[in-house]
Amino acid sequence: MKKKLKEIIKKYGSNRSFLVPILQDIQREYDYLPREALNMLSQLIDVPISHIYTVATFYKSFSLSPRGRHQLSLCMGTACHVRKAPQIRDHLVRTLQIEPGETTPDLEYSFNTVNCLGVCALGPILVADGEYHGQLTITKVDKILKELGKKGRTLKKVAANEN
Amino acid sequence: MADTVTVTINERKITAPAGSTILDAAHDANIYIPNLCSHEELAPYGACRLCMVEIGSREKTKLVASCIYEVAEGLEVRTETPRVNNVRRFVIELLLARNPDAPVLRKIADELGVKDTRFKKQNKGCILCGQCVRTCREVVGVSAIGFKGRGVTRQVTTPFGESPVDCIACGSCSYICPVKVIPLKEENGVREIWKTKFELKKCKKCGRYFAPVKQLEYFSKITKLPKEHFDVCLDCR
Repeated sequence: MKKKLKEIIKKYGSNRSFLVPILQDIQREYDYLPREALNMLSQLIDVPISHIYTVATFYKSFSLSPRGRHQLSLCMGTACHVRKAPQIRDHLVRTLQIEPGETTPDLEYSFNTVNCLGVCALGPILVADGEYHGQLTITKVDKILKELGKKGRTLKKVAANEN
Repeated sequence: MADTVTVTINERKITAPAGSTILDAAHDANIYIPNLCSHEELAPYGACRLCMVEIGSREKTKLVASCIYEVAEGLEVRTETPRVNNVRRFVIELLLARNPDAPVLRKIADELGVKDTRFKKQNKGCILCGQCVRTCREVVGVSAIGFKGRGVTRQVTTPFGESPVDCIACGSCSYICPVKVIPLKEENGVREIWKTKFELKKCKKCGRYFAPVKQLEYFSKITKLPKEHFDVCLDCR
C-alpha cells in the first residue's frame, strides 16, 4: 500500500494543495479511502490526519467505508419523486435490506439516493454501475438487480429476499 | 501603497493600518461590533456572521462580514443600520437554536433585543465557530481535531471520531470555546478530554500535578529543551 501511495503522491509532488486529487486517486485504486492509507498519507505529505479526515468527510464522492461491487443511485429529484421514486426506494430498501447510503454486508451492492440526475424526462431513474435505467417500475428494478446479480454472488440472496 | 487608510465608520473618520479588517479598525476606535468567531490570536475566519456591517454609500450598499473584510481608502461603513441589525437578529436566532442557553449568545441576543428563537431548538451545543479547530492548528500547532461532514451535519470531531492521536491534552480547545461545550475533566492525575484519558505529570519538587505528560513532551520537542527541563512545575522552576 505504501508503494502505491508513494506513486500517487509522486504524481503531484507531495504538495498539500493536491490533497483532493490524491484522495481521488486513492479512491480510484481501492474504491474507497482505507484508513491505513489516510494515516500513511498524513505522514507522507505532512498533513495532519484531522485535516485529511475533514476533507474526506466533506465531499460526498469520498467514501471512508468499503463500497459494494455494484453502485446503485436512485434519483429522488422532484420529477422522479412525483413519479413514485419513493416507492422504488422502499422496494430497494426491502430487497437489499439496507438503508440508502449503506452497503450490503457481503459488499455486493451500495445503494444511495441522489437529488437530481438531470434526466427528469426519464424519471424515475436508477443508475446501476454507471448505466442509466429510466422510466422505472418495481418489476424493472428487480430485473436490473437480477442482471447485476448474474455478475455477482448475490443473485441467490436477492432472490431469497424476494420470497 | 500607503501604510494607513482612512475609512468612515458611522460617519466618523478613522485611520487604520492598511490590510486590517473592518472589525479590528472599529474595535480600535471603540466602536462595538458583536462577534463570536474572531480572536486576536487567530486568523480571520468569518464563520458566525454576527459581525455583518453595511458598506458603500447611497443606494450602492452591501452587507459584508467585517471580520474578514479589509479596510480600503475612503470605505464607508455603517455598523448599526436597520438592515444590519435585521441580519444580526436573524443570525443570533439561528445560533440560539443550536444552543439556547449559552451566556455569550444570550448576552448578544439581549443587546439585539432578541428574546427567543423562532426556530426549533436543537440543543446541539456547538455553534461551529471553529475557534477550537483553529486554535489547535494555529496556536498549539498540532491539529488534533477538525470538522467532519458539511451543512447541517457538520461537527467538530477527532479523526474518525476516536481518540485523537495528535492531541497533547493541552485543553486549549476547551478553554477557547465561547459556548463551553468541550468537556475537560481532571481527576487523580488524569485529564480527560475528547473521551480520552491523558496522564498528568507530577512536579518533582512540590508533588503537584501540573500538566499532561504528552503536552510536556511536545514542549520539549518544539523548544528543543531536554525532557528533564519539564520535570518541575512553573512555580518551582
